[in-house]
Amino acid sequence: MTAAPRPWALLAELTHGCPLHCPYCSNPLELVRRARELSTAEWTEVMRQAGELGVVHTHLSGGEPLLRGDLAEIVTAAESAGIYTQLVTSGVGLDGARLTTLTAAGLRSVQLSLQHADPAASDRIAGHRSYAAKERAAALVRAAGLPLGINVVLHRDNLDALDAVIQRGLDWGADRIELANTQFYGWALRNRDVLLPTRDQLDRARDTVQRWRDRLGGATDLVWVVPDYFDGVAKPCMGGWGAVSLTVAPDGTVLPCPAAASLPDLDPPNVRDHSLEWAWDHSGAFNRYRGEEWMREPCRTCSRRAADFGGCRCQAYALTGDAARTDPACALSPDHGVIRALTTGTGRPGGAGDPAPTGGYAYRKPGG
Amino acid sequence: MTGPGPGPAPAGWRPALSPAVSLRHDRVRDADLLVLPERVVVLRGSAAKILGLCDGDRDLDTIVAELRSRFPGAPVAEDVPAFLDRMRTQGWVR
Ligand code: SF4
Ligand code: SF4
Repeated sequence: MTAAPRPWALLAELTHGCPLHCPYCSNPLELVRRARELSTAEWTEVMRQAGELGVVHTHLSGGEPLLRGDLAEIVTAAESAGIYTQLVTSGVGLDGARLTTLTAAGLRSVQLSLQHADPAASDRIAGHRSYAAKERAAALVRAAGLPLGINVVLHRDNLDALDAVIQRGLDWGADRIELANTQFYGWALRNRDVLLPTRDQLDRARDTVQRWRDRLGGATDLVWVVPDYFDGVAKPCMGGWGAVSLTVAPDGTVLPCPAAASLPDLDPPNVRDHSLEWAWDHSGAFNRYRGEEWMREPCRTCSRRAADFGGCRCQAYALTGDAARTDPACALSPDHGVIRALTTGTGRPGGAGDPAPTGGYAYRKPGG
Repeated sequence: MTGPGPGPAPAGWRPALSPAVSLRHDRVRDADLLVLPERVVVLRGSAAKILGLCDGDRDLDTIVAELRSRFPGAPVAEDVPAFLDRMRTQGWVR
């Protein structure tokens, strides 16, 4: 076996606890209870090992990472391991004192979520009054001179407000606005019927993004994460399974990506039993879909396999029950009909016409 | 590039790394890196040495003079300002 390349990035899911209940949350349906979370000492050791393994960047995420009282200590641990830290937060719980502590500990940048440009709609989607806290958090981050990214997960309920959403991100001083079409894992998959947009909505949204890009000329980064259900192209799996980054879940489970928690027979390693290096180099979970050996037709001989790695394993599993099949999002997949049925409306309640009345979410919550 | 973006470099410019980026040496890969909020750039050649001088104190002339004495014979006077201008357009130096 040739040695795997060293990982660049770590997604640290510090907790699954969260004051928000977003129906598109990519966390698994089975959320890790707070009592099973890694301790401060364990996270410190994870950061040390990650630095030695070659990780240079970490997203401190969750859930809501601000719920961890020891967040500043974890930031310090990452910084001493030579790892750049970005906080991924809902903004709830970020006050001036907290941010000062985190910055002093070495925090480098902040990514803030926003659900909608309209405060009431944002709060409704989040299932929690949080808009005001977000607005405050953005101002604090700006005042602290840290780079600010705004992340908006897009779906049927907010795509038509995209213009105002981008405007809000600019008003708040974002350096980067990530417009991420919903990826259907975890809670988003459960809520797919109400979240799935129409093709018309997406076409209009694409035009809106293009208009803003022309106007901004690169002054603010507008990132469009493609809706793979609609584009007929599989998205590249994390830059390759076990190739670029790794995820550590709140209880120490080490995964090639957060959604991989949904694969029933993956048997992922845990930092409580193994080193990160062992997990990366030797665990079955990280080697299972590494490279191209595992691929079947049509991927095995497809010219795009080095670019998209056959698409997403977790999506293949979610939609076909077999993680080694071609991602059904790909138009060449024999299972693409499953996706077509959903995007043309024949396979979903309410059809493909106008957006159904919004709401009716299964909100993300423990024990869901 | 179209539309608003950074204009020409101001006279007396003292380049400094943007607070969003961090310049570091990667021991595992023996490479110099610029780490940004959402990406990592692997620096080639003497890019890291040039960026290492962008401390907001030295002006462009001082940076060029220092590099010229370190790399005699290299086309420092043309290449360095052009490189730093590209870094400025990217928003990594200001
Ligand atoms: S067949 Fe496989 S490799 Fe080819 S484009 Fe589709 S997902 Fe990618
Ligand atoms: S298969 Fe998909 S969800 Fe799973 S690791 Fe790859 S990108 Fe992530």
